[in-house]
Amino acid sequence: MLKATKRATALAASVVVTALTLAGCSSSDNGGSPVPSSSKAGQAEIDKAMNTPTTLTFWTWVSDIDDEVKLFEQKYPQIKVNVENVGQGPDQYQKLRTALKSGNGAPDLAQIEYQHIPSFTITKSLLNLTPYGAGDLKSNYPEWIWNQVSQDGSVYAVPQDSGPMGHLYRSDIMKKAGITSPPKTWDEYAADAKIVKEKTGSYIGDIASNEPVGMVGLLWQAGAQPFGFDGNKTVTIDVNSAEAKKVYSYWQNLIQQDLVSTDPDFNDQWYQGFSNDKYAGWVTAAWGPLFLQGTVKDTAGKWAAAPLPQWNAGDNVSGNWGGSTNAVLSTTKNPIAAYELAKFINTDPASTKLLNTQQNLFPAMNSVLNEASFTDATSDFFGGQKINELFAQISPTVNTKFQWLPFMDYAYSEFNNTVGNAMTNKGDLSAAADQWQDKLVGYAKQQGFTAQQ
Amino acid sequence: MTVSAGPVPRRSAGATAARRQNRAAYALVLPFIIVFAAMLIVPLAYSAYLSFFRTQLVGGEQFAWLANYLRAFTDPSFLGGLGRMAIFLVIQVPIMLGLALFFALALDSGRIRGSKALRLLFFVPYAVPGVVATLMWGYIYGPDYGPIAQVVRAMGLAAPNLLSSHSILGSMMNIVTWEYVGYNMIIMYAALRAIPQERYEAAEIDGAGQFRIAWSIKIPAIRSAIMLTVIFSIIGTFQLFNEPSLLHTAAPNSVGDDFTPNFYAYNVAFVNQDVNYAGALAFLLGIVIAVISYFVQTAQNRRQGEKR
Repeated sequence: MLKATKRATALAASVVVTALTLAGCSSSDNGGSPVPSSSKAGQAEIDKAMNTPTTLTFWTWVSDIDDEVKLFEQKYPQIKVNVENVGQGPDQYQKLRTALKSGNGAPDLAQIEYQHIPSFTITKSLLNLTPYGAGDLKSNYPEWIWNQVSQDGSVYAVPQDSGPMGHLYRSDIMKKAGITSPPKTWDEYAADAKIVKEKTGSYIGDIASNEPVGMVGLLWQAGAQPFGFDGNKTVTIDVNSAEAKKVYSYWQNLIQQDLVSTDPDFNDQWYQGFSNDKYAGWVTAAWGPLFLQGTVKDTAGKWAAAPLPQWNAGDNVSGNWGGSTNAVLSTTKNPIAAYELAKFINTDPASTKLLNTQQNLFPAMNSVLNEASFTDATSDFFGGQKINELFAQISPTVNTKFQWLPFMDYAYSEFNNTVGNAMTNKGDLSAAADQWQDKLVGYAKQQGFTAQQ
Repeated sequence: MTVSAGPVPRRSAGATAARRQNRAAYALVLPFIIVFAAMLIVPLAYSAYLSFFRTQLVGGEQFAWLANYLRAFTDPSFLGGLGRMAIFLVIQVPIMLGLALFFALALDSGRIRGSKALRLLFFVPYAVPGVVATLMWGYIYGPDYGPIAQVVRAMGLAAPNLLSSHSILGSMMNIVTWEYVGYNMIIMYAALRAIPQERYEAAEIDGAGQFRIAWSIKIPAIRSAIMLTVIFSIIGTFQLFNEPSLLHTAAPNSVGDDFTPNFYAYNVAFVNQDVNYAGALAFLLGIVIAVISYFVQTAQNRRQGEKR
């Protein structure tokens, strides 16, 4: 008897534990979102909303954003903002989806990366901000950024920061290898990679096998259009196009010659790789310089920055890696106040300045990108180079039309299983991209989308 | 609950008393039942319910009968994860439990000095949170700057990549063994301490040595404790989650998101956003564990029966 009970308990426990993690995710429709009375909220309506005592909840992982929020609260003393950090990126999205599905507990506004906006518009979870006046913000941003937050006249978020891509390199290692100017084309980059490896033993860079976002940024630069979404039922999936395969086979060549490493990034190994001169450079985004400065202090003064190498000599194109927005959730009961907060944080001159100087975010707005105090700043870490100016010049060169799938989480995780694996194993990246394509198309169909290839 | 058998008139009084006792008992277990139902039965039933549906990003939710379960049977990710865990079970569990038994017997033999300190030392890894342990091992295994690689390289040899896709399963077995040897050892050791001393005296009088005592008295006497650790280990193996999920950051291409069935179910739910299929996977996993545990236990019972 005792034994039987024990067995039953053990079995029950085993079933329970596995199932428990999955419960608690229910699904129900979102509550209807309030629609403004007119096609565009009038000033009177806005004034009324901003003078009514209101509490807003704001989910973000940006550290110390309370400073910017405080400025907002000073301007609008009736509005109280609760800033909550429920996790970074995917963690927050998970919680957001759970809250949206359960119908309560969702914040009024949330931090959302450009690439994940369609994952939330597909579920109609983001409020179209055009009726609240967001269309007026368009002229403040480089075209590519505005395209990231808007679709067919609807605006779903206010841009906060961006990540136009460039090439950071160790000028000391390059010099040791006899290279005096950074590579202007990818062909030069490949040639330099060989010289650097032979003369110094360092890799010219690390093209991380677990970094789909970085690779997608490079596809972006090459003019590939791997993803697309019409906002409704049709997705475009083309991760193995000719343009994309040009990029894959380029890196495959370098990987197979052992001229670049494929170490996973943002972990201990990788940080130490920078400290120990394993990598002589990093193809990264505009937030890279400040990230390095905080992570590998001991290499201060040895770095320099340049635009991305180009596919054709004389071109000047870049891609984007990262950057995020503040979006208002369609479940909010205070759409006007929520939008005003998003607008204030990301467009008010005092607030945007703080975002750049305190939170180290690379600005999205033209006015900040072009401001003398921003562009003239020199960086000791980069040997006195004007890093901001360089990336401010790169920002407008980002290819303007680039879209995402409404399921980037899945797309990225399958990248790691296919192309990422091929990178680690020094295999055939293009064949792996074909697999990636098949997986994505299969998933899209399974989810009820019409998939164009 | 004993009902006293008395003369007829007293019987109803006894029954009343019993009923009152019954009521008190129910009242006492009620809080547990409520929490148990709310936190376990209801969510469980709910995820079972969910597993019969199919939700699409476009098109919404529809009843899908057993489609999710059928899909799992042909899903190479799920089957691959189960296979991997079967290998894990067959290799790692015997090693771990063998070591645990060895340490428990060694401590129990009383021939080791400082056995109290040793006992604690063996147990410490279990007290280290799994998250910390895995992060620590991720560093130790590091192919460039990990201590193992550095020592090997200092000896002039080529450093093994312990995080490569070929060796990651072994590396993970090592972590899990390190973590749980002490825990299993404590269970066995506690059972050993409960064996009456007279048996040893009798054995010694019969001229049995320590090894004979261990083999013929101690191990059979703690058989049920060993069985408990076996069942726990089977459950634990199939539910591996922390280790793959954390090593995933150190070796993302070696530890795929379908490395273990549990990790896969999690990713299906939260990355692929397919809660329904994840529910089905979780139930299937539970059933697999139940079936294997059942067979292990009946096999054990049968063997015991044969011996008698």
